[in-house]
Amino acid sequence: SASPAPEPCWMEPPAPSLGHGAGFPMAPDPALCTVRSPVALQVGDVKTDLARPGVAVIDVALPPTQPLDLQEIVFKNSYTAFLTVRVQRRRPCDVGREGARKWVTCLWNHCLMPSPHTEAGSQDYFSVFRHQMLCDVDQVTAVRLILRQPSPVWLHFTLEELRLYPRGQQSLQTGFPSWLSNLAPQQQPENLHGGVPDPEKVSTEVQQLWVLTEMIRANQTAARIGRFDVDGCYDINLLSYT
Amino acid sequence: MLEQDTGLSLAIAQIVQRLKGSSLHSQLERQARGSLHKPEIKLDSLKEDIKEFLKTSGWEKRLQNAVYSELNVFPSPCHPAAPPEHMKEPLVYMRKAQGSWEKRILKSLNSMCTELSIPLARKRPIGEQKELLNKWNEMGTDEPDLSLFRPVYAPKDFLEVLMNLRNPNYENGDQPSFRNHLGLIQVPLKVKDIPELRDYFSELGLNTGQLGIDDSTQVPPELFENEHVRVGQTVLTEQDSAAAQQYVRQGCPTALRAELWALILNISNQPEDILYYEQLKSNVIQHDLLVDSLIYKDVKLTASNDDYYFVFEDYLYQVLLCFSRDTSVLEHFSYSSATPPKSYIRGKLGLEEYAVFYPPNALSQLNSFIISVAPLCFLYHEPSKLYQIFREMYVRFFFRLHSISSHPSGIVSLCLLFETLLQTHLPQLFYHLREIGAQPLRISFKWMVRAFSGYLATDQLLLLWDRILGYNSLEILAVLAAAVFAFRAVNLMEVTSLAAAEAVLADLSTLKVMPLLQIFLFATVT
Repeated sequence: SASPAPEPCWMEPPAPSLGHGAGFPMAPDPALCTVRSPVALQVGDVKTDLARPGVAVIDVALPPTQPLDLQEIVFKNSYTAFLTVRVQRRRPCDVGREGARKWVTCLWNHCLMPSPHTEAGSQDYFSVFRHQMLCDVDQVTAVRLILRQPSPVWLHFTLEELRLYPRGQQSLQTGFPSWLSNLAPQQQPENLHGGVPDPEKVSTEVQQLWVLTEMIRANQTAARIGRFDVDGCYDINLLSYT
Repeated sequence: MLEQDTGLSLAIAQIVQRLKGSSLHSQLERQARGSLHKPEIKLDSLKEDIKEFLKTSGWEKRLQNAVYSELNVFPSPCHPAAPPEHMKEPLVYMRKAQGSWEKRILKSLNSMCTELSIPLARKRPIGEQKELLNKWNEMGTDEPDLSLFRPVYAPKDFLEVLMNLRNPNYENGDQPSFRNHLGLIQVPLKVKDIPELRDYFSELGLNTGQLGIDDSTQVPPELFENEHVRVGQTVLTEQDSAAAQQYVRQGCPTALRAELWALILNISNQPEDILYYEQLKSNVIQHDLLVDSLIYKDVKLTASNDDYYFVFEDYLYQVLLCFSRDTSVLEHFSYSSATPPKSYIRGKLGLEEYAVFYPPNALSQLNSFIISVAPLCFLYHEPSKLYQIFREMYVRFFFRLHSISSHPSGIVSLCLLFETLLQTHLPQLFYHLREIGAQPLRISFKWMVRAFSGYLATDQLLLLWDRILGYNSLEILAVLAAAVFAFRAVNLMEVTSLAAAEAVLADLSTLKVMPLLQIFLFATVT
């Protein structure tokens, strides 16, 4: 009869970085949409032309009955250097109109790879928020991402894991990026001789502290115990390849 | 990429979480509680008064130093959508290459274990434990039979792996074109060019005083040296890590170096640190690991034969054997591209509760950086402090020389930086060496992978490592390697084989590091 397994007194490898899965406030439900594969824009015959096009377009279709108030676009880069985003919006004046809706540019030439011939930024994760956009992105019905990669050294470029997040999630947790990112007005240097502090500033600081304490509470401390054996035993097999 | 504010809050939260539960945290709490008895602490302004007390008693400074240390060591937080392996290494093909390299090493260790029928780990019988304890300070006198042990890998094996790194999405055509690099490294990482390096290393410029140049005997000390020493003493009195890091960019006076490095690395040698070291020592006494024999062999081969380092042989054993038992080193795997090797307690294969890391600090590739411990022995004589300094240097810098990653201080970037600098600024030399089959990286790789330890004279090496600490980067190693080639360019242009080129560059012990760096960065006509 085997004795119950002893509690391991050796520590797991460090926990994943804070902000990953530990209740980091990002809207948990991306909007439903259909992401088409990128289409290269090329002059001439696509099959025989050897030159790299350097521009591709990804069209994202949203369900026509559910226009989206866009909060955030999240994606993993795959060797795209510059990103332009255009949207189609449903406007009250469009009701009943059959003609093509206008495309509006909401992000222009956003740089993802500062040095397009080299790796920096090539496989990083990015977020684009509504407040970074050039126009209002409410009631969006279609999104078009225009990818540019001017360097000819890369064989393919695209965006992966593309997700669109809608606005207006209820819990404060998920609202974290939005109001925190609205936190930075042009900050005046602190007036140390002033009397009563600015209530706006105080309330934003309090909110920030609240979120921080929530984050901290959600995570265990990483205090180490320092034992490497299991109950005094370090009699091991061969090393395993996982 | 994270928005600036979100990124800042996330960084703050991460640092708070890491410091929570540390001994500094409990000390601060104890100090705060103890201060309640003091008359200047009033109940209605409790928070402010305690903060003021912590400031005046120097505890705030210690907290600042701890925060600064965390900022230096850990990378900035990733995007929340990024998985943990992305923080270790963002490029998938690099992760894969590191994984295969590790597998090779594991296979080598396992096969050594089965061939020699020596267990990976073994509990020592009591008699042997007593014997080792008695001999602890003179392990160098032991002459065990190590002929059957071979190093897990040689630096040139590692260089082969780096040479074969390819990005599958990069146009690696067979036809030579602008896409192919002329050197050995073929991955398109971003490296700094000379204008960027001049900006980055601006304190090494011609108009700034340097130890290693402006303290030579011909220069009157009133011009620079005296003032610099005085500033160093002030920095030490203030106990400010960030100021110390800025200060050492111009070099450390010899008398102040040990303390300044300890300040920058945030090592204070508290009683609990000494206890921790003693605990590690007892772990060494209790269990014998296969890697111990590899460590012995490596030390015997490298440091014991070195004219400067042989005196420290015993220290090296103590530090390295303890280091391989230290589980706190496991923390650095969260930002290293490497993954710790795992094993299971005998008879419990596959049961996660019985999984352990082997060796306990999960570093089986100790060779070729062992020699980077030796220079520290000149500065620190107390074993537990020597140990802590070495450990901190390893988890901040030296681990990057032994793993495949895209980090700017990683060995791949350093190799590419070296080759690019040489090619851009000494194109004739580069072309000539390439034509005779003497790719420059083949010669300079071993210098960089050991951070020049064992090649430069010790005082010069310490001046170089001052700058590594000061700039928190290893890029200076690549710049120095290129500067050495530039210095010996005339002789190198006349050689006709790799062996002859190696001979020209065999002896670096007479080189003065700082003038070479200054000339290469600031006085070379581009």
